[in-house]
Amino acid sequence: MSNITPTEVQMKPAEYKSGVTPIWCPGCGDYSVLLEITKALSAMALKPEDVAVVSGIGCSSRIPAYLKTYGFHGVHGRAIPLASGLKVARPDLTVICAGGDGDGFSIGGNHFLHACRRNLDITYIVMDNQVYGMTKGQASPTTEADWDSVLMPGGTGIRPFQPLVIALASGANFVARAFSGDVAGTTDTIIEAIRHPGFSFVQVLSPCVTFRPDQKLWRKQVRKAPVEYTTDPSTAARRIMTDDGFNLGILYRGDRPPYTLKTKNGGDKESTLGSEFQI
Amino acid sequence: MDDKNQRMLLSGNHAVAWGARLCRPQVCPVYPITPQTPILEKITEFVTAGEMQAEIITPESEHSAMAASIAAAMTGTRVFTATSSQGLLLMHELLHWAAGVRSSIVMFNVNRTIASPWGFWPDQTDSMAQRDTGWIQIYTESGQESLDAVIQAFKLAEQVKLPTMINHDAFYVSHAVEAVEVPSQQSVDDFLPAINVENRLDPEIGQSVGSNAMQETYRRARQDLGDAMDDVLHAKIEISHEWEKICGRDQHGGIVERYRCEEAELVIVTLGSMCGTVREAIDVMRDQGRAVGLLKVKLFRPFPITMVREALHGVPDVLVLDRNFSPGLGGVLHQELRSALYGMEKAPNIYGYLAGAGGVNVSPEKIIEYADTIEDAVPSSESIWI
Repeated sequence: MSNITPTEVQMKPAEYKSGVTPIWCPGCGDYSVLLEITKALSAMALKPEDVAVVSGIGCSSRIPAYLKTYGFHGVHGRAIPLASGLKVARPDLTVICAGGDGDGFSIGGNHFLHACRRNLDITYIVMDNQVYGMTKGQASPTTEADWDSVLMPGGTGIRPFQPLVIALASGANFVARAFSGDVAGTTDTIIEAIRHPGFSFVQVLSPCVTFRPDQKLWRKQVRKAPVEYTTDPSTAARRIMTDDGFNLGILYRGDRPPYTLKTKNGGDKESTLGSEFQI
Repeated sequence: MDDKNQRMLLSGNHAVAWGARLCRPQVCPVYPITPQTPILEKITEFVTAGEMQAEIITPESEHSAMAASIAAAMTGTRVFTATSSQGLLLMHELLHWAAGVRSSIVMFNVNRTIASPWGFWPDQTDSMAQRDTGWIQIYTESGQESLDAVIQAFKLAEQVKLPTMINHDAFYVSHAVEAVEVPSQQSVDDFLPAINVENRLDPEIGQSVGSNAMQETYRRARQDLGDAMDDVLHAKIEISHEWEKICGRDQHGGIVERYRCEEAELVIVTLGSMCGTVREAIDVMRDQGRAVGLLKVKLFRPFPITMVREALHGVPDVLVLDRNFSPGLGGVLHQELRSALYGMEKAPNIYGYLAGAGGVNVSPEKIIEYADTIEDAVPSSESIWI
């Protein structure tokens, strides 16, 4: 976590909202994620001006507009590079990167891998609804191979992307799964993700009621993970690969030190750059 | 159902999908983006219904979609794709590539504002910003014209071996529903021969793509690209005459269209959907006894310098309306037209108005107001925000 300055008087969750009315569909899971982020910020007593929320493109990427924190509604797939640049320039800010499964895992998939490797102190919240909602219902990287739809009759036949294990294998320092409808649980997970140093990845199952009405069942399918988190990546990987995708909670906590800027702590800018690039 | 010509009620985007379907592309790599997605949806629908045999692939970005298009095209298959705005911008690197390897990809672009700020409005800056990539660029004003343009574009692209981009405006054309004549499959099959790519990835030929080139070879490749561009004008005129005979619709020679330009004292020059609005304004002004005409630019790359000079020779005043903006330059059509007419005898006074940039609505009344301002205006090399 960054150098957080608690507010003198704790703000209520609703006070973190910008007042802009979301244009999500009624019943969209992202409303709850917005609420959970405001609850987490309130519980941590963070000042809105000490927090930046960065997103890409898609339904969920509209979230910065709805928050009173600094916001950056960026380019499709480039939320993570934007967040990285922001964190490097302003390490004192708490940087939350938010978006959807399309933005994060297809067009921006390569950045996801390298953000996990780089391990900057950023919290990445992906509202995963396993569909491209904004462009009206195409299969996303996390869509099941046999999901039948008008645009993909019989399904894509492509194996879904496994964001949690990919994050783990790539070096993410904190890996968790949450469900948008679990307000208390998701709020706690977001708080822990922000507090944990390094790159924290939270997959929030967030139903798309318009193009994936079947996801309304998620509420009945999700459960708290039967065991506590592990600090051993291989154990975490085994658990994630063998569960049914509905175990919620923190799944892995690592102790890899976050990436720190070489120019900090009195480092010489030119010589650091020189050694970095071996020139 | 494809045995005869049919009249259908179609949105501009669905007219494009019909045009693509009739050309039997074998591979369609596409990535969804507003307001292009209905093209992709309709093509998927055709394929699902077994009415189209294309292989659709949905890669992870527009950059990947164009990469897939290039490789598919280089095996000798016919490739169609579609995009818009940010998607086109993301493709930029590979647009140069597609032209450099002389692929014959046909792409439809729906003109939409580019970020930042975010917007979903009709503005042609997205495609204008690709004018140096080596793609043929065509602008259309209606669903019918878009359908006809797609069919002709395949023939043109495959003949001159250059990728071709057709553009229509977001929403005004892409989502407006109009009656469209859809030609029979037979007529398109007769018009468009099977694709034959001489230089292709084929084990029997043993050629490869994308090698390094020393300076002289590189320069020759660029010159060849330029020569191919020089061939476009003649080829497009022939192709549009041929298609006109088949479809029975006036193609106006395929390059520029002159509307009521006889004895015109003022000619308004523009492209895309604004042409329809200008036509209405011109009818009103002509009724009032004013000698005003329209020059619609259909082919933008290569820029039809000679034909534009011919069309505007002796015209006292020319007003260019741009639905795009190049910061530091102005309206792109305005500036291109100025250089096209440079040094011409009896060159007209040229005025450039940034009329529709950002997607703002330009009504026929507005166009008449603009025409009124010309009387007292002083020609300026700079485009004017109006």
